[in-house]
Amino acid sequence: MKFKSVFDIIGPVMIGPSSSHTAGAARIGLVTRELFGRQPKWAKVYLYGSFAETYKGHGTDIAIIGGLLGFDTFDERIKTSFELAKEASMTYEFIPENGHTEHPNTARLVIGDDAGEMELIGVSIGGGKIEISELNGFPLRLSGNHSAILVVHDDMPGSIAKVATCLAEQNINIGHMEVSRKEQGQMALMVIEVDQPIEDQVIKEIAMLPYITQVTKIAD
Amino acid sequence: MKVLFRNVKELVELASTENKLISELMIEQEMLVTRRTREDIMNQMDRNLTVMEQAVEKGLKGVHSTSGLTGGDAVLLQDYMKKGNTLSGNLLIDAVSKAVATNEVNAAMGTICATPTAGSAGVVPGTLFAVQNQLHPTREQMIRYLFTSGAFGFVVANNASISGAAGGCQAEVGSAAAMAAAAIVEMAGGTPQQSSEAFAITMKNMLGLVCDPVAGLVEVPCVKRNAMGAANALVAADMALAGVTSRIPCDEVIDAMFKIGQSMPTALKETAQGGLAATPTGRALAERIFGADFVKGV
Repeated sequence: MKFKSVFDIIGPVMIGPSSSHTAGAARIGLVTRELFGRQPKWAKVYLYGSFAETYKGHGTDIAIIGGLLGFDTFDERIKTSFELAKEASMTYEFIPENGHTEHPNTARLVIGDDAGEMELIGVSIGGGKIEISELNGFPLRLSGNHSAILVVHDDMPGSIAKVATCLAEQNINIGHMEVSRKEQGQMALMVIEVDQPIEDQVIKEIAMLPYITQVTKIAD
Repeated sequence: MKVLFRNVKELVELASTENKLISELMIEQEMLVTRRTREDIMNQMDRNLTVMEQAVEKGLKGVHSTSGLTGGDAVLLQDYMKKGNTLSGNLLIDAVSKAVATNEVNAAMGTICATPTAGSAGVVPGTLFAVQNQLHPTREQMIRYLFTSGAFGFVVANNASISGAAGGCQAEVGSAAAMAAAAIVEMAGGTPQQSSEAFAITMKNMLGLVCDPVAGLVEVPCVKRNAMGAANALVAADMALAGVTSRIPCDEVIDAMFKIGQSMPTALKETAQGGLAATPTGRALAERIFGADFVKGV
């Protein structure tokens, strides 16, 4: 079931005009920023399907930039996000693409700063709800609606068990989990959606486990 | 994921056997799925209701979008209604004006609550604040109206679609109108079965509705489609309360909506390439707003 909560249907509270093209777009931007861990210096946004055809009319562009600046769907600052991006010295570019995607409302965000880059594919599936379908080339399925932990790690025996044990010790329940890798024994990614809030201390503990390269959390 | 209901049949059966309101089942399911307390859930819906009230209030004072395509119609309708000579009745025109008010605020990038989407955000609050004057519900009953709407919307979202880009306007305003019809019936004291009949009757009359926004803006024809969605919901609710039933069961109507959405051409699913968006006037408006280059791309 893609829609779990009644507030996916009666909600979100948001700035108009479109739940999929404005609120969903803002959420894709916001999740991207949270995963990056800081505000990017630059952003390239590739738009597909209905996003590519109607992004200007729906304010999809200002919403994505608003999200990258840290604004949620109901934040009135979304309306002036282009000006605010300028003040924050963040550059951006929008590139409408003709390519076919599985869902019509898809955006590919490539963002970065002097310290690094990140690439993410986000899909707005309707009513303001989103899914992240790819992160740095790793396929995944992340709703952005639950607290989640993303762990980049080496594809080694025991690495998943150690992370799961660490969460169990903190009494954190795993609601959904996916593991993907590019090649056997190489870099891999764990996506763990959890039912409880995640304290920073838990993130630090996971980061100190063997084979773990990077840990990021997404707040509910 | 364990849920109390996956389709309308299960929802109505459970409500009937346990002698519970549909809104109650939605609240219980939310508690089950999210592990939040009843109080917490009720409070969040109360806040959403407040956002809806504020949006209608703002719209009835008169707002206009940046493009200039929409705005001010909610005021015209209220003024007309107050003269007391409406042909279709004051309650209906009140609902229509409040649906329009919400969507005019949405088009002007104001704050709204998506129900189930922003483009279709007018129907549920529009009908609610109109029937409020006749049924005099408590605050809790008004909050329950939103849970009843949500229960039906939950079924549609999971078994079909609430996205115009995926299923056309029938998935957005169609779903919103059908959700509202079901909620009106519950507030008016109808049975869960009658709620499902009202839902089915409304949705059947929204089937095939395309999503063809002029210039890609959620304005023309979206605002007026919310108006007619509200009217459709009220009439269907009255039909169901009168004892009229749908020959095609609710879940099959939802499935038909999904399949129609799948076979609908992309040009008619929120791409602004077909329908009203592609009319000479639709194109001229798009060119005036965004310039010739943008329209050529479309």
